[in-house]
Amino acid sequence: MFAYYLDLALRSLKRNKVLTALMVIAIAVGIGASMTTLTVMHLLSGDPLPGKSGTLFYPQVDPDPSPKATHLPYDMMDYRSALDLWSAHRADRQAMVTSSQLRLTAPQVNLPPLMVQMLSTTSDFFPMFDVPFRYGSSWTAQDDQNRTRVAVISSNLNDKLFNGANSVGRTLRLKDTDVRIIGVLAPWRPSPQFYDVTGGRFSNGDTASFYSKPEDVFLPLQSSLEINAGGFQPFTCWSMPDDPVHLQNSTCVWVALWVQLDSAAKVDSYRRFVADYAAQQKALGRFGHADNTQLRSLMAWLDFNQVVPSDVRLQTWLAFAFLLICLFNTVGLLLAKFLRRAGEIGVRRALGASRAMVFAQCLVEAGLIGLLGGAGGLLLTLLGLRLVRSQPIEYADLVHLDTTMFLATFALAIAASLLAGVLPALRASRMAPSLQLKTL
Amino acid sequence: MTVHPIIAALRRHKAGVVLIALQIALTLAIVCNAIFIIGQRIERVNQPTGMHEENDLFLITQQWVGAPSADDPAGVEKLDSMQQADLAALRNLPDVVSAAPIRSLPLLHSGSVGGIGLKPLQQKDTIDSNFYYGDEQALPTLGLQLIAGRAFTSADIQHKPMRDQSEPVLAIITQPIADKLFPQGNAVGKVIYLDSSSTPTTIVGVVARLQSAVDTAGSSLTWYSALFPVRQDANFSRTVVRAKPGRLEAAMLAVRPALYTVNPMRVIDEEHGVRSFADIRADAYRADLGMAILMSVVCLILLSITAAGIVGLTSFWVGQRQRQIGVRRTLGARKIDILHYFQLENLLIAGIGAAIGILLALGLNLWLIIHFEMDRMPVIYVLIGVLAVLVLGQAAVFVPARRASNVPPVVATRAV
Repeated sequence: MFAYYLDLALRSLKRNKVLTALMVIAIAVGIGASMTTLTVMHLLSGDPLPGKSGTLFYPQVDPDPSPKATHLPYDMMDYRSALDLWSAHRADRQAMVTSSQLRLTAPQVNLPPLMVQMLSTTSDFFPMFDVPFRYGSSWTAQDDQNRTRVAVISSNLNDKLFNGANSVGRTLRLKDTDVRIIGVLAPWRPSPQFYDVTGGRFSNGDTASFYSKPEDVFLPLQSSLEINAGGFQPFTCWSMPDDPVHLQNSTCVWVALWVQLDSAAKVDSYRRFVADYAAQQKALGRFGHADNTQLRSLMAWLDFNQVVPSDVRLQTWLAFAFLLICLFNTVGLLLAKFLRRAGEIGVRRALGASRAMVFAQCLVEAGLIGLLGGAGGLLLTLLGLRLVRSQPIEYADLVHLDTTMFLATFALAIAASLLAGVLPALRASRMAPSLQLKTL
Repeated sequence: MTVHPIIAALRRHKAGVVLIALQIALTLAIVCNAIFIIGQRIERVNQPTGMHEENDLFLITQQWVGAPSADDPAGVEKLDSMQQADLAALRNLPDVVSAAPIRSLPLLHSGSVGGIGLKPLQQKDTIDSNFYYGDEQALPTLGLQLIAGRAFTSADIQHKPMRDQSEPVLAIITQPIADKLFPQGNAVGKVIYLDSSSTPTTIVGVVARLQSAVDTAGSSLTWYSALFPVRQDANFSRTVVRAKPGRLEAAMLAVRPALYTVNPMRVIDEEHGVRSFADIRADAYRADLGMAILMSVVCLILLSITAAGIVGLTSFWVGQRQRQIGVRRTLGARKIDILHYFQLENLLIAGIGAAIGILLALGLNLWLIIHFEMDRMPVIYVLIGVLAVLVLGQAAVFVPARRASNVPPVVATRAV
C-alpha cells in the first residue's frame, strides 16, 4: 500500500512542478536556516568534557576586606586565597590557572620572535581536564614546587616552530629565560575554552572570545610568575594595587582555581571547606565577608557566564520563526493542492478507499515533500556552515556538521512537512465523495 | 464595489484565509523587528569617532627586545630616548604628515579606563572615562576638533613609565564630560581629580568628540574620553601616524624598514604590528555588520516566501472560481472589476494579517527587550513593516488576479 501511495505522490508532485518546487524550496530554506543556527548552537552550548564535567568545580571567595554592601564573589581569586585552597589539597585534583601574554623565541629556529598566550597552571591541570599528549608528558607536582623551567606546548606551536617533529628536550626562550620542552599536546580544542571563562556577565552577550584556541605554552605557575613578572593582567582589583608588577600580594583577583571532586559527599565537604576557609580569613581580618563563597560545577559556571554569544541565540530564535513561516506557507500550498484534486479523491472514496486511507495517502505526499526539502535543506545547511566558517570569529574552526545534526536535519524536515500536511490531509479526507463526483 | 460579497466568499475558504493572514502577521512581526535591528547596527557602525579623515591614520605597535627596565629612572630615560628616536624617524618619512605616541585608539578594544572626580580623594569617582595618553602632536594627528581652550604644547609634555601612578597635570576632555561635570559650561581652567587621587589635574581644552577605545556596549563611557600630555615609556610602544592623503599604503610599507634602521632589536607583529585605522574600525564592527547583512537576507527570503505563498494560494482560488468569474463576466462585470475583486480580497486578508502582525511585532520587541537588552522599537518601524506587507500582498496577487480577469465569459456556459 505504501509503495502505491508513494507512486501516487510522485505522480501528483510531477503534475504541478511549480507548486511542488515552491513547497520544497520553502521547506529547504526553513530547514537550512534552522539547522545552520542549531548546529552552531549545538557546538557552542555543548559539554566541553562529556562524562567528566560533572566532577569539576569552580570555587569562588570574596577577598575584598571592606565590609561594604555585598556583591557576587569575584570571577577569579587573589593569589593568596587560590594558593591556600590549592595547597590544602582537599580535592581529588586541583589546578590554579591564569593566562598571560609573553614573547617567545626558539633558538635554532629561523623565525622572528612571537607574542604567544601562556597558561600558568599546576601539574593536575593535564590529567584533570583529560588533555591529550602527542609527545612527552606533563610536569610533576615536584616541578611545581621546584619552579622547574619546563614547558608544555600546543600542537599548533609545535607545527609552527618544529614542523610537527618531536620537540621534547628542545629549548624555548620565554621573555629572557630558557625553558625546556617536556611535552607536546595532541590537537586539543575544547569548546568553549572552559577553564579560562570569566566575566561573562560583563560582556553584554559578546562572548565569542570564550571559544578561542587554548594557549600555546603551558608553564608551572611558580616558574611563570618569575619568568613573566609584570606580564600578568589582573581581572579586577578592589583597590589600587601598590605594586602592579608583582601581583602575588596585591589587592587584585587574577588567578582561578579548578577542583575535581569525584563524589557528592566530597562536593559537600569541599563546599564546607571553602566556607570554613572564608570564615577563618574573616576572623584574621583579611576578608570582609565570610558567607560570600560559591562552588559551581563546570556546566553551572558556563551557564552563569552565559557562554553562548547572544547573537547566536538570537539567530537561533530567528531561524525557528523562519521555519514556522515556511511551514504556514507549506500548509497553505498543500491545502490548495489537495483540494484541487477533490475530483480524484472523490473517485477513490467512491471506489472504496476509507477516509483513513485518503488521509494516509495525503500524508505520504507531504512526507515526500519533506524528504526532498530535507535534502535541499542539507545543502543549504552545508552552505550556511561554510559561511559561518569563513567568518573571522573565534569559533569558526569549530563549526562542522556531525552525524547527529545530519540525521536531525532529515528528521526535522520530515516532521515539519508531516505537521504541515495534517490539516490539508484532514480536509481532503473529509470531503463528501458524492458532491465531487457530481461535478466531474 | 462592495466588500460584502468578498467576505461572503472568504467565509468558504476559512483555512486558506487564516493561513495567509497568519503568515503575513508573522512576516510583519519578524521583518519590522529585523529592520529595527539592522537600523540600530548600521547606526552604530556609522557613528563617527570624532577623528577627522580617519582613513589616513594607522597604528604601529611594536616591542623592543632586551629593552631596559622601566622600573629604574635610568631605564626610563633610555626607553624614552628610544621612543623619541622612533618618532623622529617616522615623522621624517616622505608620506607621513605627523606621528604621535598614543596609548590606544578608538575602537581598538584595548585601552585604559579610569575614574574622574570633582573633589580630592573622592570615595567614588563621578564618572568613568577613557584615558588617552599622547604628546603635543596627538591632537592634530588624530584630527580632533578643539572647541574650547587650547591644545597641548611641547612644554606640557611629561614622560613617565607606564606603571607610574602619579597623575598628569593637564588634561583635554571631550564635550560630553564637560557637559556632565560642568553643566554651567566653562570647563576650561577647572580642576578634576583622577582615580580618587589627591593631586589636581587642570583642564586646558575641550574637544567635540572622541570615541572609547574599549567595548562599552553603548554606555555613556562611549563618549567620555580624556587626553593627557604624557608620553608613556614601557618595553613596547604604540604610535599613531597620519599619512598624506592617498599615500596610506606607501606610508605603511615604509614603516618597518625605517624602524628596523633605527633599531633592529624589536618585534613588529606580522599581522597587527602596522594596522590601518580602517582595518581597526572594520574589525570592531565586524559582528554588527554581519548581523545586519544576515537580517537583511532573512527579511528578503521571508518576504519572497510569503509572496510565493500568496501567489500559490490565490492561483488556486482563481482556478477554483473559474466558473463564478465566467458568470460574473457574462452578467456584465468588466475585466477591471474582476482584477479589483482579487486585489481587494488580498487587501482585506493582508489587513487582517497586518493587524495581528502589529500586536505580534510589539510582543516580539518586548521579548527581545527582556532577553536581549534591545531598545524599544519606534512606531515608524511597525508602519514601514505594515506598508511593506500590504505592498507585497498587492504585488503577489497581481499576476493571478490578471489571469482571473482574463477568464472569458464563455467559461460560464460550459459544463454547467
